[in-house]
Amino acid sequence: MATMATAHGEDQQDHPHGWRRYLYSTNHKDIGTMYLVFALVGGLVGGVLSIGMRIELMHPGLQFFHDAHMFNVFTTAHGLIMIFFMVMPAMIGGFGNWMIPLMIGAPDMAFPRMNNISFWLLPASFTLLIISLFVEGERGAPGVAAGWTIYAPLSTSGHPGPAVDFAILSLHLAGASSILGAINFITTIFNMRAPGMTMHKMPLFVWSQLVTVFLILLAMPVLAGAITMLLTDRNFGTTFFTPAGGGDPLLFQHLFWFFGHPEVYILIVPGFGMVSQIVATFAKKPVFGYLGMAYAMVAIGGIGFVVWAHHMYTVGMSTAAQAYFVVATMVIAVPTGVKIFSWVATMWGGSLEFKTPMLWATGFIFLFTIGGVTGVVLANAGVDRSLQDTYYVVAHFHYVLSLGAVFTIFAGWYYWFPKMSGYMYSETIGKLHFWLTFVGVNVVFFPQHFLGLAGMPRRIADYPDAFAGWNLVSSLGSYLSGFGALVFFFGVAHAFVRKQKAADNPWGAGATTLEWTLPSPPPFHQYNELPLIK
Amino acid sequence: MLLKRLTMLAATAVAILEAAEPALAGLGQPSPWQLGLQQSASPVMDDIIWFHDFLLYIITGIAGFVLALLIVVMLRFNARANPIPSRTTHNTLIEIAWTLIPMMILMFIAVPSFKLLFLQLNVPAADLTVKATGKQWYWSYSYPDNGDFEFDSLMLKEGERKEGQPRLLAVDNEMVVPVNKTVRVITTGADVIHSFAVPSFGIKIDAIPGRINETWFTATREGIYYGQCSELCGKDHAFMPIAVHVVSEQAFSAWVEDAKKKFARDEAPASRAVAAAQLRPQ
Repeated sequence: MATMATAHGEDQQDHPHGWRRYLYSTNHKDIGTMYLVFALVGGLVGGVLSIGMRIELMHPGLQFFHDAHMFNVFTTAHGLIMIFFMVMPAMIGGFGNWMIPLMIGAPDMAFPRMNNISFWLLPASFTLLIISLFVEGERGAPGVAAGWTIYAPLSTSGHPGPAVDFAILSLHLAGASSILGAINFITTIFNMRAPGMTMHKMPLFVWSQLVTVFLILLAMPVLAGAITMLLTDRNFGTTFFTPAGGGDPLLFQHLFWFFGHPEVYILIVPGFGMVSQIVATFAKKPVFGYLGMAYAMVAIGGIGFVVWAHHMYTVGMSTAAQAYFVVATMVIAVPTGVKIFSWVATMWGGSLEFKTPMLWATGFIFLFTIGGVTGVVLANAGVDRSLQDTYYVVAHFHYVLSLGAVFTIFAGWYYWFPKMSGYMYSETIGKLHFWLTFVGVNVVFFPQHFLGLAGMPRRIADYPDAFAGWNLVSSLGSYLSGFGALVFFFGVAHAFVRKQKAADNPWGAGATTLEWTLPSPPPFHQYNELPLIK
Repeated sequence: MLLKRLTMLAATAVAILEAAEPALAGLGQPSPWQLGLQQSASPVMDDIIWFHDFLLYIITGIAGFVLALLIVVMLRFNARANPIPSRTTHNTLIEIAWTLIPMMILMFIAVPSFKLLFLQLNVPAADLTVKATGKQWYWSYSYPDNGDFEFDSLMLKEGERKEGQPRLLAVDNEMVVPVNKTVRVITTGADVIHSFAVPSFGIKIDAIPGRINETWFTATREGIYYGQCSELCGKDHAFMPIAVHVVSEQAFSAWVEDAKKKFARDEAPASRAVAAAQLRPQ
């Protein structure tokens, strides 16, 4: 950075050092880096929790946990942490913050100070969630054990202790953080594009972030409302979700899933954007059907708001309502199919180089397809009757999130690591990480389809002995994936120790977006003169 | 060529799974290394199994097709095989095709899907009604058409089970119903939400406080059919199984006479009124 300071003398006064650089940061790249580090910590905690669950489920009977309550605390915390403290911070806070200004030719975000509070709300939120693990939840037992869906009345009368209150306040902070971030991103993308960068020239990653932050802006307030009603039901005598007072437990489910379903698109749509950039880069070919790709994401986001009750086929909804949600849900398969086929068409005729980011992106396309088609199965209320709340659902949403979203995060990580850090990672370690994870997660989750079809309910700490075989396989797969994660962390450390300088554009002619025109790492403040897009 | 071979491979894989299923799939309870749905013991489950198999062919075909395309591009268009990339970014015909063909596949799926949905949700005239109340952590069953007796059904613990009774599934008092009769099940929750599920009958319906839900089944084979609570309901969610004993009509009548005496309600009428008020239907 010393060389930068001499090159741009005027930078010196707004380039703080030490802890002030981060705590007071208004720099989108530093804030992006903090989000990524935060997501690594969140992923580590969430991953350890999942290994704990798989240790318990490896054999029938209770071995690892003293009682089933603690197992339910683990599933709840695993879900909340992976969603709010791993995937969202990594994709939106991390890559979004880093790359949106670079890709649209903007010097920084529109509201740099708001960007700071968006990030710093998250450690506070995470702390509240961690505290919830250690205070009473269910009578006489610590932690929230109501699942990430915190359905009333299990989360009200079922959890008399204050653990649920801590979790609710944690979600409030995380929600406020992401709403502020969403406002910032929307303003930046609409107002700070470089001259000539029209909406229809924006990289697809920016499109994906734009769709995502609109989903956040519209969905998060609904969650905030629902959990505030939960909070007042718990503490101030209201009865929104209590039948004895004229309330209805199903109201909570409708509100929750009105947020919850867009939320799953919030978790995956930025990944669509990353995969589009990466596939085009390593095929050395522009994205096939750019407009179709952009508007497919808009369509997925829009339809995502009108399908929520497919999570609720067994609650006793009317025939007409169930029939509607079947149709609306299946319609989502169409724009999703457009995306899958457009990625393949981008590769078709290309000159493919299978560097590590491309391996993750290709793996994503196939595994997301598997998760997508089991989603079509589950969309049908008739067969969902048998599969609702079984391991088939667990397998499905891990194929689209654990093998979908997480694969795109790793793809993006390897793709932009040279740009962000200025160092090349080791291809050998990166590829080893990919193959270990690819085999590992498939061994974890594919057999869970069989368990679900056979009828194994989700969120149980112990299961009938007939389910033992596939559970053993699944647990062994999770240890392999865990080892893959260790290889990942080793690879990161190795890159920082080895310090092999990365070129401005390490990927060659295929990488055409603006971030590759800057040095690696980019200067503390970029685009003192705005780039002109032809 | 490669594509054709791959689709054939996928079809063979499905065929093997299908052939293996009847042998592996348990009736009334899961069996070790089971791959598919449990065997059917009701007309609704027959249709669910048929519809799931139908979907399995379609989704295996789609996933196999995408895999085949990916293998083709990896082989034909890697940097070594194709050093000069093309610049093609549009092809209107193919873009219309990959929008319309999935739509047609979905319509093809929707027809049997709705047929199944209407079969499940149009509850036929029932021969008897059983009310299942989910409680933390056991089920209570009452028989309003047969003298309105009620009893609790708790999981058998270690040492209570007889030879051959499955762990975590066997209960002390099973719900008993006659074979080949249409049974209407109404459910409610006494404390938190539970869910009443019996895989071999193809039923799952939530038991929600303050609400009455209903579903139905016609068991076509005698035997014991197990299920488990299917909505997270707290600490012992894993330990409140459902066991339905399907018996002949005569055996059912005899059981009802026994049960009326064994589970006779001895509470005062006042306390029953209070209990009824707590389960106010909406």
